[in-house]
Amino acid sequence: MTSRTEWLRPTLLATSLALFMTDPVLADNAVLPDTVPAEFKVTDFLLDNGMEVVVIPDHRAPIVTHMVWYKIGSADEPPGKSGIAHFFEHLMFKATAHHEAGEFDRAVSDIGGSNNAFTSYDYTAFHETVAPSDLELMMSFEADRMRNLILTDDVIKTERDVILEERRSRIDNNPQAVLDEEVDATLWQNQPYRIPVIGWMQEMEQLNRTDAVAFYNKYYRPNNVVLIVAGDVQPETVKALAEKTYGKVARGPDLPPRVRPVEPEQNTRRTVTLSDARVSVPSFSTQWVVPSYHTAKPGEAEALDLLAEILGGGNRSRLYQALVIKQGIASSAGAYFQGTMLDDTNFTVYGAPRGDAKLADVEAAVDAEVARIASDGVTPDELEKAKDRYVRSMIFARDKQDSMANIYGSTLATGGNVQDVQQWPDRIRKVTTDEVKAVAARYLVLARSTTGYLLPQQQAGN
Amino acid sequence: MMNEFSGALTSPREAPPSPLARGEGKALHAIATLFLSILFLILPALAAHAMDIQSVTSPKGVTAWLVEDYSVPVVAVRFVFGGGSTQDPVGKEGLANLMTGLFDEGAGPLDSEAFQIKLDAGAEMSFDATRDGIYGSMRMLAEQRDEAFDLLRLAVNEPRFDQAPIDRIRAQVLSGIIANENDPDTVAQNRWARAVYGDHPYSRSDQGTRQSIAAITQADLEALHKAVFARGGLHVAVVGAIDAETLKKKLDMVFGDLPPNQAIAPVADIEPRLAQHIEVNYDLPQTSLQLAWPGVKRKSADFFPAALMNEILGGGTFTSRLFQEVREKRGLAYSVNSSLVNQDHADALIVTTGTRSDRAAETLGIVRDVVKRLAQDGPTEAELAATKKYLIGAYAISNLDSSSAIAATLVELQLDDLGIDYMQRRTGYINAVTLDQVKAAAKKLLTAEPTIMVVGPPLAGAGKG
Repeated sequence: MTSRTEWLRPTLLATSLALFMTDPVLADNAVLPDTVPAEFKVTDFLLDNGMEVVVIPDHRAPIVTHMVWYKIGSADEPPGKSGIAHFFEHLMFKATAHHEAGEFDRAVSDIGGSNNAFTSYDYTAFHETVAPSDLELMMSFEADRMRNLILTDDVIKTERDVILEERRSRIDNNPQAVLDEEVDATLWQNQPYRIPVIGWMQEMEQLNRTDAVAFYNKYYRPNNVVLIVAGDVQPETVKALAEKTYGKVARGPDLPPRVRPVEPEQNTRRTVTLSDARVSVPSFSTQWVVPSYHTAKPGEAEALDLLAEILGGGNRSRLYQALVIKQGIASSAGAYFQGTMLDDTNFTVYGAPRGDAKLADVEAAVDAEVARIASDGVTPDELEKAKDRYVRSMIFARDKQDSMANIYGSTLATGGNVQDVQQWPDRIRKVTTDEVKAVAARYLVLARSTTGYLLPQQQAGN
Repeated sequence: MMNEFSGALTSPREAPPSPLARGEGKALHAIATLFLSILFLILPALAAHAMDIQSVTSPKGVTAWLVEDYSVPVVAVRFVFGGGSTQDPVGKEGLANLMTGLFDEGAGPLDSEAFQIKLDAGAEMSFDATRDGIYGSMRMLAEQRDEAFDLLRLAVNEPRFDQAPIDRIRAQVLSGIIANENDPDTVAQNRWARAVYGDHPYSRSDQGTRQSIAAITQADLEALHKAVFARGGLHVAVVGAIDAETLKKKLDMVFGDLPPNQAIAPVADIEPRLAQHIEVNYDLPQTSLQLAWPGVKRKSADFFPAALMNEILGGGTFTSRLFQEVREKRGLAYSVNSSLVNQDHADALIVTTGTRSDRAAETLGIVRDVVKRLAQDGPTEAELAATKKYLIGAYAISNLDSSSAIAATLVELQLDDLGIDYMQRRTGYINAVTLDQVKAAAKKLLTAEPTIMVVGPPLAGAGKG
């Protein structure tokens, strides 16, 4: 939530996957249970120009988190322009007709706030955390840069160098990231999630002012925005301030529905291998295309979430217990499901060997656990404990303001609504053991999977 | 769908904050893991409201700082015992780190499996070792409070250190050590630690080596636990749904029967060795640069002048001089920043950046030039005024945004001996700093010849064109 900390490059599969594991599955599955008192009630309304506003009360500290979510991500980019969504996120910090470059950053810094932004496949978000008395100032800056950005060729050229450096730092210097990028491009044959958010290097190098202006004019409109305000504020105040600032921005042309190419039927088992001198311990991950919360039939995504938790969500999971503890062949093993996506998403299992065990032993043991859960299902006790862990993590997440803001923002930017967030615990509670078994059997089929191997150099060609 | 975005799928303009950067001027991790920036942030409103921190002392004499808050039914506990990986015996490096992996692997009558099943019912527990301390954290549902504190009592007083979990966790640590053996960053940070700290304990790897972790026995773990887990070196903070009277009983239960005094080996202070040039050559598209100048002690009167100077140079805002010169004007890097690193026995000012390899020499020159100008001329009056506002304002946002974060901050305040009313006094300290003091701090720290490490292709010949 703040600026400028050096990006920590995970150099181990175990490290990067530990992040996946705790992040998507448990850490921030927060919603408000039915028992939450009225002062925590979430309010949701539309401005006249089509901008949606969600207010999440949290009066414990005089802080407010203000997030502008544009429903535009890398998967919406025109062909050949990969990286433009993320590049544009950077450009939003440049000069506007009313504020010189850096003025917004200085204003945030002057009031002791923090600000930043991020881009994903389905959305781009800009956020500030400040004292409630500064909320209006943040809104006026954000409303200004929604339409009044001034882009020159000089600005484009320098900032393009920054994103190229960002790519080198995130991807090209890191064998795990290089592999992940090509695994994604193999798992996804047609759907735009095959293209990295940061962009392909040769396309990033060509991004120009014309591309940026076209992108801005099409997508940076109030009717393409969800505003999330979480913190020590009243909904009426937020509404009045939003009307005074964002309300003055003219509605843009209606955007076409976000209908993207989808995957053809998969009939093959695909593998991708990278051998690299920097790697000393091999690792693998296997992925399947599965529905997301937005594309799934009712109940299926909830069942996939619980399947990921039971199969590989932590130390009590089947994969950890079998491979790390009982068989003693793995240093890490787990599973995760990334459900908050507009289109179909991925379900992943992974592992890395320890001691004298071979990668093939670990992979075979992971495959065996996947096959067992698909054929025999899960026990009622496992399912109850997984549900309890979700409920607990929701309560823990209420303890952190920006977690709540991120959950509502990402859900609403991927086709969901406020009720979907609020009713999620009930839907999780309703999932049965049969439903978990059914999604495992339906989707986790090895003959239609994609596996990535990260190997030490000397194993190349084996 | 309720997931927050996955870390893998987002591509932030800037990175998410390091979970390691908390507390003020207190690096929880060692200089070897220097990719962390210490942020100095406090919100005026909160400083003014002065969060109500109670000092609670149990009948047996255990003291904790408590923030009582019932708005979320959660209790967060954080504590530290002084003496971390510096206490690893020579030849048994990695002992403290291994020990922290074993507290939820069996305690008292419960073996690993039984302990974890009970823990899974309503709480999360974790331990970690820094160079200077062994930290414990627990987060529990208020309704599971009694059961959770009981598990914490067992973990703190009666860890079993059974052979099977020792061997398993050791094998996982070993796997991590082997996995990093050819990783340029790890290789480089190990080189850096040896160059900067010589044979001081700070030069050693927290994780240990293949040989050293193989040598660790159950008796070593028991001895370290006995030496470190004593009331004398303990600091505790608790935040959430618990009152002072109840907390007193829990404090006695968890910590009251520990021995009164620690038996830890003294560690010498060390000045990081400067004026070195270290090249770690790999054929990489991006070169990492890391530079060290002298730091300033947390308790020094120069601390806030130096902290303001560091902020202006390359601290936590998008407006710092390094950010402007290296990134905004020239597009030479995605990240560039400076931080003051304070450990118990060493202090340093560290600058890090990653830049395209064919222009690394140019970037290094610009970093050194920015530093030289700040050392010679100091900041402007306007820069100082803006930076004061930032430092005063952002503390709460960075350090107090959840119960766990508040508890962690309160433990660091105790370790630094800053006083329970520090948050009210902090604004005054910052406002009292004069431009001359900041200029003096810049001159004092930044005129030294830094140690420079280059990780990437050879610097000579690169970027000269």
